[in-house]
Amino acid sequence: MIAAGNPDVKTARRPREGGRRFPLHWIGALPFLIYVALFLLLPTAIVVVGAFAGKAGPSLSNITDLNQGFLLNAFFSSLLISTASAVVGAVAGALLAYAVATGNPRGVLRRVVSSACGVLAQFGGVTLAFAFIATIGSVGFIRLWLQERGIDIFANGVWLTELPGLVLVYTYFQIPLMVLVFLPALDGIRPQWREATESLGGGTWHYWRYVAGPLLAPAFLGATLLLFANAFSAYATAAALISQGNPIVPIAISNFLTSETGRNNPGLAQALALGMVVIVAIVMALYALLQRRTSRWLR
Amino acid sequence: MTRARRLRLQVFRVIVLVLGGAFFLVPIGAMFEFSTRGNRVGAPRTLEAWTTIVTYPDLLGAIRDSLGLATITSVGMLVLLLPTMIWVRLRLPRLKRSIEFLCLLPLTIPAIVLVVGLSPVYRWMAINLVDTIFLLSFAYVILVLPFAYRALDAGLSAIDVKTLSEAARSLGAGWGTVMFRVIAPNMSSALLNACLLSVALVLGEFTFANLLSYLNLQVEIFQLGLANAGTSIAVSVASLMFAFILLVILSFFGRPRRRVAPERTGLAYPSAAAGPK
Repeated sequence: MIAAGNPDVKTARRPREGGRRFPLHWIGALPFLIYVALFLLLPTAIVVVGAFAGKAGPSLSNITDLNQGFLLNAFFSSLLISTASAVVGAVAGALLAYAVATGNPRGVLRRVVSSACGVLAQFGGVTLAFAFIATIGSVGFIRLWLQERGIDIFANGVWLTELPGLVLVYTYFQIPLMVLVFLPALDGIRPQWREATESLGGGTWHYWRYVAGPLLAPAFLGATLLLFANAFSAYATAAALISQGNPIVPIAISNFLTSETGRNNPGLAQALALGMVVIVAIVMALYALLQRRTSRWLR
Repeated sequence: MTRARRLRLQVFRVIVLVLGGAFFLVPIGAMFEFSTRGNRVGAPRTLEAWTTIVTYPDLLGAIRDSLGLATITSVGMLVLLLPTMIWVRLRLPRLKRSIEFLCLLPLTIPAIVLVVGLSPVYRWMAINLVDTIFLLSFAYVILVLPFAYRALDAGLSAIDVKTLSEAARSLGAGWGTVMFRVIAPNMSSALLNACLLSVALVLGEFTFANLLSYLNLQVEIFQLGLANAGTSIAVSVASLMFAFILLVILSFFGRPRRRVAPERTGLAYPSAAAGPK
Protein backbone atom coordinates (compact mmCIF):
# COMPACT_ATOMS: atom_id res chain seq x y z
CA MET A 1 0.00 0.00 0.00
CA ILE A 2 3.05 2.23 -0.13
CA ALA A 3 2.16 3.17 -3.66
CA ALA A 4 -1.21 4.58 -2.69
CA GLY A 5 -0.18 8.19 -2.65
CA ASN A 6 2.55 7.91 -5.23
CA PRO A 7 1.75 10.00 -8.32
CA ASP A 8 3.76 7.67 -10.53
CA VAL A 9 1.29 4.90 -10.01
CA LYS A 10 -1.63 7.05 -11.05
CA THR A 11 -0.05 8.00 -14.29
CA ALA A 12 1.19 4.50 -15.02
CA ARG A 13 0.48 3.45 -18.58
CA ARG A 14 -2.53 1.36 -19.27
CA PRO A 15 -1.92 -2.14 -20.53
CA ARG A 16 -0.93 -2.19 -24.17
CA GLU A 17 -4.22 -3.30 -25.58
CA GLY A 18 -5.76 -0.14 -24.18
CA GLY A 19 -3.90 1.91 -26.74
CA ARG A 20 -5.57 0.26 -29.71
CA ARG A 21 -8.97 -0.45 -28.33
CA PHE A 22 -11.10 -0.47 -31.39
CA PRO A 23 -10.06 -3.56 -33.37
CA LEU A 24 -9.50 -5.93 -30.46
CA HIS A 25 -12.87 -5.18 -28.99
CA TRP A 26 -14.90 -5.95 -32.01
CA ILE A 27 -12.99 -9.05 -32.95
CA GLY A 28 -14.36 -10.67 -29.78
CA ALA A 29 -17.91 -10.54 -31.07
CA LEU A 30 -17.05 -11.39 -34.66
CA PRO A 31 -17.33 -15.21 -34.60
CA PHE A 32 -20.83 -15.00 -33.21
CA LEU A 33 -21.92 -12.29 -35.62
CA ILE A 34 -20.52 -14.17 -38.62
CA TYR A 35 -22.23 -17.38 -37.54
CA VAL A 36 -25.58 -15.68 -37.06
CA ALA A 37 -25.18 -13.88 -40.36
CA LEU A 38 -24.53 -17.15 -42.17
CA PHE A 39 -27.18 -19.34 -40.60
CA LEU A 40 -29.91 -16.93 -39.57
CA LEU A 41 -29.72 -13.71 -41.55
CA LEU A 42 -28.62 -15.25 -44.84
CA PRO A 43 -31.51 -17.77 -44.93
CA THR A 44 -33.97 -15.02 -44.09
CA ALA A 45 -32.51 -12.90 -46.86
CA ILE A 46 -32.72 -15.84 -49.26
CA VAL A 47 -36.43 -16.18 -48.48
CA VAL A 48 -37.15 -12.49 -48.95
CA VAL A 49 -35.06 -12.09 -52.09
CA GLY A 50 -36.26 -15.38 -53.54
CA ALA A 51 -39.87 -14.41 -53.08
CA PHE A 52 -39.30 -11.39 -55.31
CA ALA A 53 -37.10 -13.10 -57.88
CA GLY A 54 -38.28 -14.39 -61.22
CA LYS A 55 -36.61 -16.43 -63.96
CA ALA A 56 -34.73 -13.33 -65.06
CA GLY A 57 -34.23 -10.63 -62.49
CA PRO A 58 -36.66 -9.25 -59.95
CA SER A 59 -40.31 -9.98 -60.50
CA LEU A 60 -43.56 -10.27 -58.63
CA SER A 61 -44.50 -13.55 -60.29
CA ASN A 62 -44.01 -15.64 -57.14
CA ILE A 63 -46.17 -13.30 -55.12
CA THR A 64 -48.91 -13.20 -57.71
CA ASP A 65 -48.75 -17.00 -57.94
CA LEU A 66 -49.95 -17.09 -54.36
CA ASN A 67 -53.33 -16.08 -55.71
CA GLN A 68 -54.40 -19.66 -56.40
CA GLY A 69 -57.37 -21.37 -54.87
CA PHE A 70 -55.55 -24.09 -52.98
CA LEU A 71 -52.90 -21.75 -51.61
CA LEU A 72 -55.42 -19.21 -50.41
CA ASN A 73 -57.24 -22.15 -48.90
CA ALA A 74 -54.07 -23.21 -47.10
CA PHE A 75 -53.70 -19.74 -45.63
CA PHE A 76 -57.34 -19.76 -44.63
CA SER A 77 -56.99 -23.19 -42.96
CA SER A 78 -53.86 -22.09 -41.16
CA LEU A 79 -55.47 -18.93 -39.85
CA LEU A 80 -58.55 -20.89 -38.86
CA ILE A 81 -56.82 -23.62 -36.85
CA SER A 82 -54.40 -21.14 -35.30
CA THR A 83 -57.25 -18.90 -34.18
CA ALA A 84 -59.37 -21.81 -32.93
CA SER A 85 -56.55 -23.47 -31.02
CA ALA A 86 -55.39 -20.12 -29.64
CA VAL A 87 -58.84 -19.20 -28.36
CA VAL A 88 -59.56 -22.65 -26.90
CA GLY A 89 -56.07 -22.85 -25.42
CA ALA A 90 -56.30 -19.34 -23.99
CA VAL A 91 -59.65 -19.88 -22.29
CA ALA A 92 -58.81 -23.32 -20.90
CA GLY A 93 -55.30 -22.22 -19.94
CA ALA A 94 -56.60 -19.12 -18.17
CA LEU A 95 -59.04 -21.24 -16.13
CA LEU A 96 -56.26 -23.67 -15.22
CA ALA A 97 -53.94 -20.78 -14.35
CA TYR A 98 -56.63 -19.26 -12.14
CA ALA A 99 -57.15 -22.59 -10.36
CA VAL A 100 -53.41 -22.70 -9.68
CA ALA A 101 -53.01 -19.02 -8.81
CA THR A 102 -55.70 -19.18 -6.12
CA GLY A 103 -53.77 -21.91 -4.30
CA ASN A 104 -50.73 -21.65 -2.08
CA PRO A 105 -48.08 -19.73 -4.04
CA ARG A 106 -45.33 -21.93 -2.58
CA GLY A 107 -47.33 -25.15 -2.55
CA VAL A 108 -46.58 -28.45 -4.19
CA LEU A 109 -49.47 -28.09 -6.64
CA ARG A 110 -48.13 -24.90 -8.08
CA ARG A 111 -44.61 -26.28 -8.41
CA VAL A 112 -45.82 -29.44 -10.09
CA VAL A 113 -48.16 -27.63 -12.46
CA SER A 114 -45.61 -25.07 -13.56
CA SER A 115 -42.93 -27.71 -14.09
CA ALA A 116 -45.37 -29.89 -16.00
CA CYS A 117 -46.46 -26.95 -18.13
CA GLY A 118 -42.85 -26.12 -18.90
CA VAL A 119 -42.39 -29.64 -20.19
CA LEU A 120 -45.72 -30.00 -21.99
CA ALA A 121 -45.47 -26.65 -23.77
CA GLN A 122 -42.33 -28.06 -25.41
CA PHE A 123 -44.11 -31.23 -26.37
CA GLY A 124 -44.98 -31.51 -30.02
CA GLY A 125 -44.18 -33.10 -33.30
CA VAL A 126 -44.31 -36.77 -34.13
CA THR A 127 -44.57 -37.92 -30.53
CA LEU A 128 -47.59 -35.75 -29.83
CA ALA A 129 -49.31 -36.89 -33.00
CA PHE A 130 -48.69 -40.52 -32.03
CA ALA A 131 -49.99 -39.89 -28.52
CA PHE A 132 -53.30 -38.75 -29.92
CA ILE A 133 -53.42 -41.53 -32.48
CA ALA A 134 -52.95 -43.98 -29.61
CA THR A 135 -55.71 -42.22 -27.68
CA ILE A 136 -58.49 -41.45 -30.12
CA GLY A 137 -57.14 -42.81 -33.39
CA SER A 138 -59.21 -45.45 -35.11
CA VAL A 139 -57.78 -48.14 -32.79
CA GLY A 140 -57.07 -45.75 -29.95
CA PHE A 141 -57.70 -46.53 -26.34
CA ILE A 142 -60.51 -44.02 -25.73
CA ARG A 143 -62.09 -44.66 -29.11
CA LEU A 144 -62.36 -48.42 -28.47
CA TRP A 145 -63.58 -47.85 -24.94
CA LEU A 146 -66.34 -45.56 -26.18
CA GLN A 147 -67.15 -47.90 -29.03
CA GLU A 148 -67.83 -50.73 -26.60
CA ARG A 149 -70.38 -48.43 -25.04
CA GLY A 150 -72.00 -47.68 -28.36
CA ILE A 151 -70.51 -44.26 -28.97
CA ASP A 152 -68.69 -43.79 -32.26
CA ILE A 153 -66.69 -40.57 -32.22
CA PHE A 154 -65.82 -41.07 -35.88
CA ALA A 155 -69.37 -41.59 -37.09
CA ASN A 156 -68.88 -38.71 -39.52
CA GLY A 157 -65.41 -39.71 -40.65
CA VAL A 158 -62.01 -39.77 -38.96
CA TRP A 159 -61.76 -36.10 -38.04
CA LEU A 160 -58.54 -36.64 -36.10
CA THR A 161 -56.48 -36.35 -39.28
CA GLU A 162 -58.48 -33.36 -40.47
CA LEU A 163 -58.44 -29.76 -39.29
CA PRO A 164 -60.62 -30.31 -36.17
CA GLY A 165 -58.21 -33.02 -35.02
CA LEU A 166 -55.33 -30.63 -35.50
CA VAL A 167 -57.04 -28.05 -33.28
CA LEU A 168 -57.51 -30.67 -30.56
CA VAL A 169 -53.90 -31.82 -30.75
CA TYR A 170 -52.58 -28.24 -30.78
CA THR A 171 -54.47 -27.41 -27.59
CA TYR A 172 -52.24 -29.98 -25.91
CA PHE A 173 -49.28 -27.61 -26.11
CA GLN A 174 -51.30 -24.37 -26.22
CA ILE A 175 -52.91 -24.78 -22.79
CA PRO A 176 -49.59 -25.26 -20.93
CA LEU A 177 -48.09 -22.30 -22.77
CA MET A 178 -51.08 -20.18 -21.74
CA VAL A 179 -50.62 -21.22 -18.11
CA LEU A 180 -46.96 -20.23 -18.24
CA VAL A 181 -47.68 -16.86 -19.80
CA PHE A 182 -50.82 -15.98 -17.89
CA LEU A 183 -49.83 -17.06 -14.38
CA PRO A 184 -47.57 -14.04 -13.80
CA ALA A 185 -50.41 -11.73 -14.85
CA LEU A 186 -52.78 -13.40 -12.36
CA ASP A 187 -50.15 -13.07 -9.66
CA GLY A 188 -50.18 -9.33 -10.30
CA ILE A 189 -53.80 -9.13 -9.13
CA ARG A 190 -53.87 -7.84 -5.57
CA PRO A 191 -56.41 -9.05 -3.02
CA GLN A 192 -56.83 -5.44 -1.92
CA TRP A 193 -58.57 -4.67 -5.20
CA ARG A 194 -61.23 -7.23 -4.41
CA GLU A 195 -61.58 -5.89 -0.90
CA ALA A 196 -61.89 -2.36 -2.26
CA THR A 197 -64.64 -3.53 -4.62
CA GLU A 198 -66.48 -5.19 -1.77
CA SER A 199 -66.18 -2.21 0.55
CA LEU A 200 -67.75 -0.14 -2.19
CA GLY A 201 -70.65 -2.59 -2.31
CA GLY A 202 -69.67 -4.54 -5.40
CA GLY A 203 -70.13 -8.28 -5.77
CA THR A 204 -68.26 -10.95 -7.71
CA TRP A 205 -69.76 -9.87 -11.01
CA HIS A 206 -68.81 -6.22 -10.49
CA TYR A 207 -65.31 -7.23 -9.54
CA TRP A 208 -64.73 -9.25 -12.68
CA ARG A 209 -66.58 -6.87 -14.97
CA TYR A 210 -65.09 -3.58 -13.80
CA VAL A 211 -61.83 -4.39 -12.00
CA ALA A 212 -60.09 -7.67 -12.72
CA GLY A 213 -61.49 -8.11 -16.23
CA PRO A 214 -60.24 -4.83 -17.69
CA LEU A 215 -56.90 -5.26 -15.90
CA LEU A 216 -56.35 -8.75 -17.23
CA ALA A 217 -57.74 -8.13 -20.70
CA PRO A 218 -54.51 -6.87 -22.31
CA ALA A 219 -52.53 -9.76 -20.79
CA PHE A 220 -55.13 -12.24 -21.96
CA LEU A 221 -55.26 -10.85 -25.48
CA GLY A 222 -51.48 -10.69 -25.66
CA ALA A 223 -51.17 -14.30 -24.57
CA THR A 224 -53.79 -15.31 -27.13
CA LEU A 225 -51.74 -13.65 -29.87
CA LEU A 226 -48.67 -15.51 -28.67
CA LEU A 227 -50.58 -18.78 -28.85
CA PHE A 228 -51.74 -17.86 -32.33
CA ALA A 229 -48.18 -17.31 -33.53
CA ASN A 230 -47.17 -20.55 -31.83
CA ALA A 231 -49.79 -22.59 -33.66
CA PHE A 232 -49.28 -20.76 -36.93
CA SER A 233 -45.58 -21.65 -37.01
CA ALA A 234 -46.04 -25.30 -36.07
CA TYR A 235 -45.15 -27.83 -38.74
CA ALA A 236 -44.03 -31.18 -37.33
CA THR A 237 -47.26 -32.10 -35.55
CA ALA A 238 -49.32 -31.38 -38.63
CA ALA A 239 -46.90 -33.22 -40.89
CA ALA A 240 -47.14 -36.34 -38.75
CA LEU A 241 -50.88 -36.21 -38.25
CA ILE A 242 -52.78 -34.66 -41.10
CA SER A 243 -53.93 -36.40 -44.24
CA GLN A 244 -52.76 -34.96 -47.52
CA GLY A 245 -56.16 -33.61 -48.50
CA ASN A 246 -56.30 -30.17 -46.99
CA PRO A 247 -52.89 -28.82 -46.17
CA ILE A 248 -52.03 -25.82 -44.05
CA VAL A 249 -49.35 -23.34 -45.11
CA PRO A 250 -46.32 -25.13 -43.58
CA ILE A 251 -47.35 -28.36 -45.30
CA ALA A 252 -47.86 -26.55 -48.59
CA ILE A 253 -44.37 -25.09 -48.21
CA SER A 254 -42.86 -28.50 -47.56
CA ASN A 255 -44.63 -29.88 -50.65
CA PHE A 256 -43.03 -27.21 -52.81
CA LEU A 257 -39.67 -27.66 -51.15
CA THR A 258 -39.15 -31.39 -51.49
CA SER A 259 -38.76 -32.62 -55.00
CA GLU A 260 -40.31 -36.04 -54.44
CA THR A 261 -43.81 -34.70 -55.01
CA GLY A 262 -42.77 -33.59 -58.48
CA ARG A 263 -44.04 -30.09 -57.86
CA ASN A 264 -40.72 -28.70 -56.73
CA ASN A 265 -41.03 -24.92 -56.79
CA PRO A 266 -38.60 -23.13 -54.47
CA GLY A 267 -39.77 -19.70 -55.58
CA LEU A 268 -43.32 -20.38 -54.52
CA ALA A 269 -42.10 -21.93 -51.25
CA GLN A 270 -40.18 -18.74 -50.58
CA ALA A 271 -43.21 -16.58 -51.33
CA LEU A 272 -45.33 -18.67 -48.95
CA ALA A 273 -42.61 -18.47 -46.31
CA LEU A 274 -42.53 -14.70 -46.71
CA GLY A 275 -46.29 -14.65 -46.19
CA MET A 276 -45.86 -16.56 -42.95
CA VAL A 277 -43.13 -14.22 -41.76
CA VAL A 278 -45.30 -11.18 -42.46
CA ILE A 279 -48.26 -12.61 -40.55
CA VAL A 280 -46.14 -13.72 -37.57
CA ALA A 281 -44.38 -10.34 -37.53
CA ILE A 282 -47.70 -8.47 -37.40
CA VAL A 283 -48.97 -10.70 -34.61
CA MET A 284 -45.77 -10.36 -32.60
CA ALA A 285 -45.76 -6.57 -33.01
CA LEU A 286 -49.30 -6.45 -31.62
CA TYR A 287 -48.16 -8.74 -28.82
CA ALA A 288 -45.31 -6.43 -27.89
CA LEU A 289 -47.72 -3.51 -27.87
CA LEU A 290 -50.14 -5.28 -25.55
CA GLN A 291 -47.25 -6.42 -23.38
CA ARG A 292 -46.33 -2.80 -22.78
CA ARG A 293 -49.88 -2.00 -21.84
CA THR A 294 -50.10 -4.95 -19.47
CA SER A 295 -47.02 -3.90 -17.57
CA ARG A 296 -48.65 -0.60 -16.65
CA TRP A 297 -50.75 -2.21 -13.93
CA LEU A 298 -49.72 -5.80 -13.46
CA ARG A 299 -46.14 -5.87 -12.46
CA MET B 1 -63.75 -14.14 1.81
CA THR B 2 -67.12 -15.53 2.70
CA ARG B 3 -67.58 -19.19 3.40
CA ALA B 4 -69.87 -19.75 0.39
CA ARG B 5 -67.41 -18.10 -1.95
CA ARG B 6 -64.50 -20.11 -0.61
CA LEU B 7 -66.47 -23.31 -1.16
CA ARG B 8 -67.39 -22.31 -4.70
CA LEU B 9 -63.76 -21.51 -5.43
CA GLN B 10 -62.63 -24.87 -4.10
CA VAL B 11 -65.18 -26.74 -6.20
CA PHE B 12 -64.09 -24.78 -9.28
CA ARG B 13 -60.43 -25.53 -8.61
CA VAL B 14 -60.96 -29.25 -8.12
CA ILE B 15 -63.03 -29.57 -11.30
CA VAL B 16 -60.55 -27.61 -13.43
CA LEU B 17 -57.52 -29.43 -12.08
CA VAL B 18 -59.06 -32.88 -12.49
CA LEU B 19 -60.17 -32.15 -16.06
CA GLY B 20 -56.80 -30.64 -16.90
CA GLY B 21 -54.96 -33.57 -15.36
CA ALA B 22 -57.07 -36.04 -17.32
CA PHE B 23 -56.56 -34.19 -20.61
CA PHE B 24 -52.80 -34.19 -20.20
CA LEU B 25 -52.26 -37.63 -18.69
CA VAL B 26 -54.61 -39.76 -20.78
CA PRO B 27 -52.74 -39.43 -24.11
CA ILE B 28 -49.45 -40.33 -22.43
CA GLY B 29 -51.06 -43.29 -20.70
CA ALA B 30 -52.64 -44.32 -23.99
CA MET B 31 -49.20 -44.47 -25.59
CA PHE B 32 -48.05 -46.89 -22.90
CA GLU B 33 -51.21 -48.90 -23.38
CA PHE B 34 -50.76 -48.99 -27.14
CA SER B 35 -47.12 -50.00 -26.96
CA THR B 36 -47.89 -53.03 -24.76
CA ARG B 37 -50.74 -54.41 -26.85
CA GLY B 38 -50.62 -57.94 -28.18
CA ASN B 39 -50.97 -58.72 -31.84
CA ARG B 40 -54.54 -59.98 -31.82
CA VAL B 41 -57.69 -58.74 -30.21
CA GLY B 42 -57.77 -60.15 -26.70
CA ALA B 43 -54.11 -61.14 -26.76
CA PRO B 44 -52.35 -60.69 -23.42
CA ARG B 45 -50.17 -57.67 -22.74
CA THR B 46 -46.70 -57.99 -24.16
CA LEU B 47 -43.50 -56.02 -24.24
CA GLU B 48 -42.81 -57.21 -27.77
CA ALA B 49 -42.96 -53.72 -29.25
CA TRP B 50 -40.30 -52.63 -26.78
CA THR B 51 -38.01 -55.60 -27.28
CA THR B 52 -38.11 -55.28 -31.07
CA ILE B 53 -36.59 -51.80 -30.84
CA VAL B 54 -33.14 -53.36 -30.90
CA THR B 55 -33.94 -55.31 -34.08
CA TYR B 56 -34.15 -52.16 -36.19
CA PRO B 57 -30.60 -51.14 -37.08
CA ASP B 58 -31.84 -47.97 -38.81
CA LEU B 59 -33.55 -46.95 -35.62
CA LEU B 60 -30.48 -47.57 -33.49
CA GLY B 61 -28.43 -45.61 -36.00
CA ALA B 62 -30.89 -42.73 -35.80
CA ILE B 63 -30.75 -42.77 -32.01
CA ARG B 64 -26.96 -42.65 -32.17
CA ASP B 65 -27.04 -39.82 -34.72
CA SER B 66 -29.52 -37.80 -32.69
CA LEU B 67 -27.44 -38.18 -29.54
CA GLY B 68 -24.40 -37.10 -31.53
CA LEU B 69 -26.28 -34.10 -32.89
CA ALA B 70 -27.38 -33.18 -29.36
CA THR B 71 -23.79 -33.30 -28.11
CA ILE B 72 -22.34 -31.33 -31.01
CA THR B 73 -25.10 -28.75 -30.77
CA SER B 74 -24.63 -28.25 -27.02
CA VAL B 75 -20.88 -27.89 -27.34
CA GLY B 76 -21.17 -25.63 -30.38
CA MET B 77 -23.72 -23.47 -28.65
CA LEU B 78 -21.53 -23.05 -25.57
CA VAL B 79 -18.38 -22.34 -27.55
CA LEU B 80 -20.15 -19.78 -29.70
CA LEU B 81 -22.37 -18.10 -27.18
CA LEU B 82 -20.65 -18.09 -23.79
CA PRO B 83 -17.41 -16.26 -24.71
CA THR B 84 -19.42 -13.80 -26.79
CA MET B 85 -21.85 -13.04 -23.98
CA ILE B 86 -19.09 -12.61 -21.41
CA TRP B 87 -17.07 -10.46 -23.81
CA VAL B 88 -20.06 -8.30 -24.62
CA ARG B 89 -20.86 -7.84 -20.95
CA LEU B 90 -17.30 -6.80 -20.13
CA ARG B 91 -16.06 -4.92 -23.12
CA LEU B 92 -18.87 -4.19 -25.55
CA PRO B 93 -21.95 -3.29 -23.50
CA ARG B 94 -23.18 -1.27 -26.45
CA LEU B 95 -23.74 -4.48 -28.37
CA LYS B 96 -25.80 -6.20 -25.68
CA ARG B 97 -29.13 -5.16 -27.13
CA SER B 98 -28.24 -6.26 -30.64
CA ILE B 99 -26.90 -9.62 -29.47
CA GLU B 100 -30.04 -10.23 -27.46
CA PHE B 101 -32.20 -9.33 -30.42
CA LEU B 102 -30.29 -11.69 -32.70
CA CYS B 103 -30.51 -14.51 -30.17
CA LEU B 104 -34.25 -14.17 -29.71
CA LEU B 105 -34.92 -13.74 -33.42
CA PRO B 106 -35.32 -17.49 -34.14
CA LEU B 107 -38.41 -17.47 -31.93
CA THR B 108 -40.27 -15.19 -34.29
CA ILE B 109 -39.14 -16.82 -37.51
CA PRO B 110 -41.05 -20.08 -37.96
CA ALA B 111 -38.76 -23.10 -38.30
CA ILE B 112 -40.27 -23.98 -41.66
CA VAL B 113 -39.30 -20.54 -42.99
CA LEU B 114 -35.72 -21.03 -41.84
CA VAL B 115 -35.69 -24.39 -43.60
CA VAL B 116 -36.79 -22.74 -46.85
CA GLY B 117 -33.93 -20.26 -46.55
CA LEU B 118 -31.41 -22.83 -45.40
CA SER B 119 -32.09 -25.45 -48.05
CA PRO B 120 -29.89 -23.77 -50.70
CA VAL B 121 -27.19 -23.28 -48.06
CA TYR B 122 -27.36 -26.95 -47.13
CA ARG B 123 -27.35 -28.03 -50.76
CA TRP B 124 -24.19 -25.99 -51.23
CA MET B 125 -22.57 -27.47 -48.12
CA ALA B 126 -23.51 -31.03 -49.07
CA ILE B 127 -21.94 -30.60 -52.51
CA ASN B 128 -18.85 -28.56 -51.63
CA LEU B 129 -18.01 -29.71 -48.11
CA VAL B 130 -19.21 -33.04 -46.73
CA ASP B 131 -22.68 -34.53 -46.78
CA THR B 132 -23.34 -35.80 -43.29
CA ILE B 133 -26.26 -35.61 -40.92
CA PHE B 134 -24.06 -33.75 -38.46
CA LEU B 135 -24.29 -30.69 -40.69
CA LEU B 136 -27.69 -30.25 -39.08
CA SER B 137 -25.91 -29.04 -35.96
CA PHE B 138 -25.24 -25.71 -37.69
CA ALA B 139 -28.96 -25.08 -37.93
CA TYR B 140 -29.70 -26.55 -34.50
CA VAL B 141 -27.34 -24.10 -32.83
CA ILE B 142 -29.50 -21.32 -34.27
CA LEU B 143 -32.62 -23.15 -33.12
CA VAL B 144 -31.47 -23.42 -29.50
CA LEU B 145 -30.05 -19.89 -29.41
CA PRO B 146 -33.04 -18.22 -27.70
CA PHE B 147 -33.28 -20.81 -24.94
CA ALA B 148 -29.55 -20.99 -24.37
CA TYR B 149 -29.34 -17.21 -24.34
CA ARG B 150 -32.03 -16.93 -21.70
CA ALA B 151 -30.42 -19.57 -19.51
CA LEU B 152 -26.91 -18.16 -19.82
CA ASP B 153 -28.07 -14.58 -19.39
CA ALA B 154 -29.81 -15.52 -16.15
CA GLY B 155 -26.64 -17.22 -14.96
CA LEU B 156 -24.44 -14.26 -15.87
CA SER B 157 -26.80 -11.81 -14.21
CA ALA B 158 -26.61 -13.76 -10.97
CA ILE B 159 -22.85 -13.35 -10.60
CA ASP B 160 -20.71 -10.27 -10.62
CA VAL B 161 -18.90 -10.85 -13.89
CA LYS B 162 -17.05 -7.56 -13.86
CA THR B 163 -15.52 -7.92 -10.41
CA LEU B 164 -14.61 -11.56 -11.00
CA SER B 165 -12.89 -10.81 -14.26
CA GLU B 166 -11.10 -7.72 -12.95
CA ALA B 167 -9.88 -9.67 -9.96
CA ALA B 168 -8.64 -12.47 -12.19
CA ARG B 169 -7.06 -10.08 -14.69
CA SER B 170 -5.28 -8.13 -11.98
CA LEU B 171 -3.79 -11.40 -10.78
CA GLY B 172 -2.43 -11.97 -14.26
CA ALA B 173 -5.00 -14.25 -15.79
CA GLY B 174 -5.52 -14.18 -19.54
CA TRP B 175 -8.94 -13.95 -21.12
CA GLY B 176 -9.14 -17.71 -21.60
CA THR B 177 -8.52 -18.30 -17.91
CA VAL B 178 -11.09 -15.66 -17.00
CA MET B 179 -13.77 -17.28 -19.09
CA PHE B 180 -13.18 -20.96 -18.55
CA ARG B 181 -11.64 -21.12 -15.10
CA VAL B 182 -13.20 -18.16 -13.32
CA ILE B 183 -16.59 -17.29 -14.77
CA ALA B 184 -17.83 -20.61 -16.17
CA PRO B 185 -17.41 -22.58 -12.90
CA ASN B 186 -19.43 -19.89 -11.13
CA MET B 187 -22.44 -20.42 -13.34
CA SER B 188 -22.48 -24.19 -13.64
CA SER B 189 -26.22 -24.53 -13.13
CA ALA B 190 -26.90 -22.06 -15.92
CA LEU B 191 -24.54 -23.99 -18.20
CA LEU B 192 -26.35 -27.21 -17.32
CA ASN B 193 -29.71 -25.54 -18.00
CA ALA B 194 -28.59 -24.35 -21.41
CA CYS B 195 -27.22 -27.79 -22.32
CA LEU B 196 -30.25 -29.75 -21.15
CA LEU B 197 -32.61 -27.46 -23.04
CA SER B 198 -30.49 -27.87 -26.16
CA VAL B 199 -30.44 -31.65 -25.82
CA ALA B 200 -34.20 -31.85 -25.29
CA LEU B 201 -34.82 -29.63 -28.29
CA VAL B 202 -32.47 -31.50 -30.61
CA LEU B 203 -33.83 -34.93 -29.66
CA GLY B 204 -37.34 -33.75 -30.52
CA GLU B 205 -36.45 -31.98 -33.74
CA PHE B 206 -38.30 -33.10 -36.86
CA THR B 207 -38.83 -30.14 -39.20
CA PHE B 208 -35.24 -29.46 -40.26
CA ALA B 209 -34.20 -33.08 -40.55
CA ASN B 210 -37.28 -34.14 -42.48
CA LEU B 211 -37.18 -31.32 -45.01
CA LEU B 212 -33.42 -31.36 -45.50
CA SER B 213 -33.70 -35.16 -45.98
CA TYR B 214 -31.66 -36.39 -43.05
CA LEU B 215 -32.79 -39.32 -40.91
CA ASN B 216 -32.67 -38.25 -37.30
CA LEU B 217 -34.54 -39.93 -34.46
CA GLN B 218 -37.90 -38.24 -35.02
CA VAL B 219 -37.88 -38.77 -38.78
CA GLU B 220 -37.03 -42.44 -38.25
CA ILE B 221 -39.83 -42.81 -35.68
CA PHE B 222 -42.22 -41.23 -38.12
CA GLN B 223 -41.24 -43.55 -40.95
CA LEU B 224 -41.27 -46.59 -38.68
CA GLY B 225 -44.77 -45.58 -37.64
CA LEU B 226 -45.97 -46.33 -41.16
CA ALA B 227 -44.67 -49.92 -40.88
CA ASN B 228 -44.81 -50.90 -37.22
CA ALA B 229 -47.00 -48.63 -35.11
CA GLY B 230 -46.34 -50.47 -31.84
CA THR B 231 -42.57 -50.18 -31.94
CA SER B 232 -42.59 -46.61 -33.18
CA ILE B 233 -44.88 -45.63 -30.33
CA ALA B 234 -42.66 -47.51 -27.89
CA VAL B 235 -39.66 -45.50 -29.12
CA SER B 236 -41.74 -42.33 -28.87
CA VAL B 237 -42.56 -43.11 -25.27
CA ALA B 238 -38.91 -43.83 -24.54
CA SER B 239 -37.70 -40.61 -26.14
CA LEU B 240 -40.45 -38.70 -24.40
CA MET B 241 -39.48 -40.15 -21.03
CA PHE B 242 -35.88 -39.24 -21.71
CA ALA B 243 -36.82 -35.65 -22.51
CA PHE B 244 -39.12 -35.50 -19.47
CA ILE B 245 -36.33 -36.70 -17.22
CA LEU B 246 -33.97 -34.10 -18.64
CA LEU B 247 -36.49 -31.32 -18.15
CA VAL B 248 -37.43 -32.48 -14.67
CA ILE B 249 -33.77 -32.48 -13.70
CA LEU B 250 -33.67 -28.99 -15.11
CA SER B 251 -36.64 -27.82 -13.07
CA PHE B 252 -35.07 -29.25 -9.91
CA PHE B 253 -31.73 -27.63 -10.50
CA GLY B 254 -33.98 -24.70 -10.17
CA ARG B 255 -34.28 -21.45 -11.86
CA PRO B 256 -30.86 -19.89 -11.46
CA ARG B 257 -30.66 -17.32 -8.70
CA ARG B 258 -31.90 -14.08 -10.07
CA ARG B 259 -30.62 -10.85 -8.78
CA VAL B 260 -31.61 -8.65 -11.61
CA ALA B 261 -35.25 -7.81 -12.30
CA PRO B 262 -37.01 -9.94 -14.91
CA GLU B 263 -36.13 -9.04 -18.44
CA ARG B 264 -37.69 -6.04 -20.07
CA THR B 265 -37.05 -6.92 -23.66
CA GLY B 266 -39.44 -6.00 -26.38
CA LEU B 267 -39.59 -9.66 -27.26
CA ALA B 268 -40.81 -11.05 -23.98
CA TYR B 269 -41.38 -14.47 -25.47
CA PRO B 270 -41.45 -17.22 -22.88
CA SER B 271 -38.72 -19.79 -23.21
CA ALA B 272 -41.12 -22.66 -23.46
CA ALA B 273 -42.90 -21.35 -26.51
CA ALA B 274 -41.02 -22.94 -29.33
CA GLY B 275 -40.65 -26.62 -28.83
CA PRO B 276 -40.25 -29.07 -31.67
CA LYS B 277 -43.72 -28.58 -33.03
